Amino acid sequence: MASTIRVRATSTGDITEVQALIQHPMDSGFVKDAKGAIIPPHFIQQVTFEHDGKNVFVADWGTAVSKDPYVKFSFKGGKKDDELKISWVDNKGASDTTTAKIQ
Amino acid sequence: MSNPMRALIVVLSSAWLIAGAGSAWAAGSETDFKAAYAAAEAANTQAGALRDQWTVTAAALAAAKKAAAGGDFDQAVAHAREAEALAKASIFQATSEQEAWKNLEIY
Amino acid sequence: MRSAIPPASAALALAALALAALAFAAPRPAVAADTPDPVADAAAFQKYFTNKFPKLKLEDFVNGPYSLNEDMHRQWVEKEEFPPYDFSLDLGKEMFAKPFKNGKSYADCFPNQGIGIRQNYPYFDAKEGKVVTLELALNRCREANGEPPFSYVKDEMAALTAYMAFTSRGKPFDIKIPNDPRALAAYQNGKRYFYTRRGQLNFSCASCHVQSPGQRIRAEILAPALGILNAMPIYRSEWGGMGTISRRFISCNSQTRAVPLDPQADEYRDLEYYLSYVSNGLPISGPGARP
Repeated sequence: MASTIRVRATSTGDITEVQALIQHPMDSGFVKDAKGAIIPPHFIQQVTFEHDGKNVFVADWGTAVSKDPYVKFSFKGGKKDDELKISWVDNKGASDTTTAKIQ
Repeated sequence: MSNPMRALIVVLSSAWLIAGAGSAWAAGSETDFKAAYAAAEAANTQAGALRDQWTVTAAALAAAKKAAAGGDFDQAVAHAREAEALAKASIFQATSEQEAWKNLEIY
Repeated sequence: MRSAIPPASAALALAALALAALAFAAPRPAVAADTPDPVADAAAFQKYFTNKFPKLKLEDFVNGPYSLNEDMHRQWVEKEEFPPYDFSLDLGKEMFAKPFKNGKSYADCFPNQGIGIRQNYPYFDAKEGKVVTLELALNRCREANGEPPFSYVKDEMAALTAYMAFTSRGKPFDIKIPNDPRALAAYQNGKRYFYTRRGQLNFSCASCHVQSPGQRIRAEILAPALGILNAMPIYRSEWGGMGTISRRFISCNSQTRAVPLDPQADEYRDLEYYLSYVSNGLPISGPGARP
């Protein structure tokens, strides 16, 4: 099955810019469905970006983050062809992970 | 008298009539409700034939039905009369727009 | 708990309608609306918008509000690097390639295997005597091959039209009105629908998209009507998902408090025909993203 994480990382000089789009419903638990029943909360709790064995970006998310979250950040270090590992874990215990090469 | 002027007078006087009539007939019985609801429904169906029903008309009809089901015929009649007024307004809109749309057209 | 709505509000609605009719009853040449001239219409339509926004190139109009506001433009350029419609587009590509249970596929229903043809829709079907939209053609293709139709407004239909639009990116709208009085009548009906006020709020499509593009309606910036269908289908943040042309028509109707029609009602098909035709020459930019 295709990964839920799309990522693009580009390095210029010693700064690497990372963009990621994650497919996830990010249900807040406050929205009702068409029949009036609450859609239970289902959201990513933590997303981690790892480079060279170190976490370069960690986010603790909650219900305020919208569906299909998009993340963009930069970090120092990282060069072309280095690997970047991205993982997320949600409140139901589901997770996904992917690796991408820095361009 | 120009046509738009005539239309405005007709509309404002019928609006005044509705406003006046509404307050006088607010107290209702089941018979009153049935008559008011039938009139509202008929007007809304006519608006449907003109492809211009309003969501608020449907909401008022639903509110009327709900009030009647709960035995509150005063409210039910009031909602039904509101629904009829809204439906009539939508008919007025659809009919006058048959020509009026041309005034908005880019040329 | 709601109290009874005073009938006075209905009275106000009636009065407002009449006043609105008066306010916009500007004098105009009697000729124009009765003998439709689509070529002249399209020229006038495009000229109206290019005059209104002289700094924009014609193709900029397909990006709607993003071309009309600096801040939004910047956000949009960033977003396009990783657009939210990506998932739907990938799904659409997969779906389009997958054969039906009977072995046939979407490619068999469309010219050029369904690739790079979106800019020709909608078209007037002489046999049926009606306008056929891409969404309608897709569901007809499914039904002709023993598959159940999709909902017209989102999900699978949006994914399929997203893929087909993508294969036509950059191609200019090329809508044809054949020399057939029924086609002309359909075009005219679409135009009439576009300019007709409806719903309790008494707006026509033109009220927002001709009179007020670039201005705000609550927190949104209104798109110009020129090129408004070029980016469809769209991932709309407000919807938290994809929506098709019919979804947008339906939601616009309910937003003016008009009861929406069926997704492929004649009026909507004709409206799409008119709006696409007057945007002839502008490039397909779909699938798109909107706030």
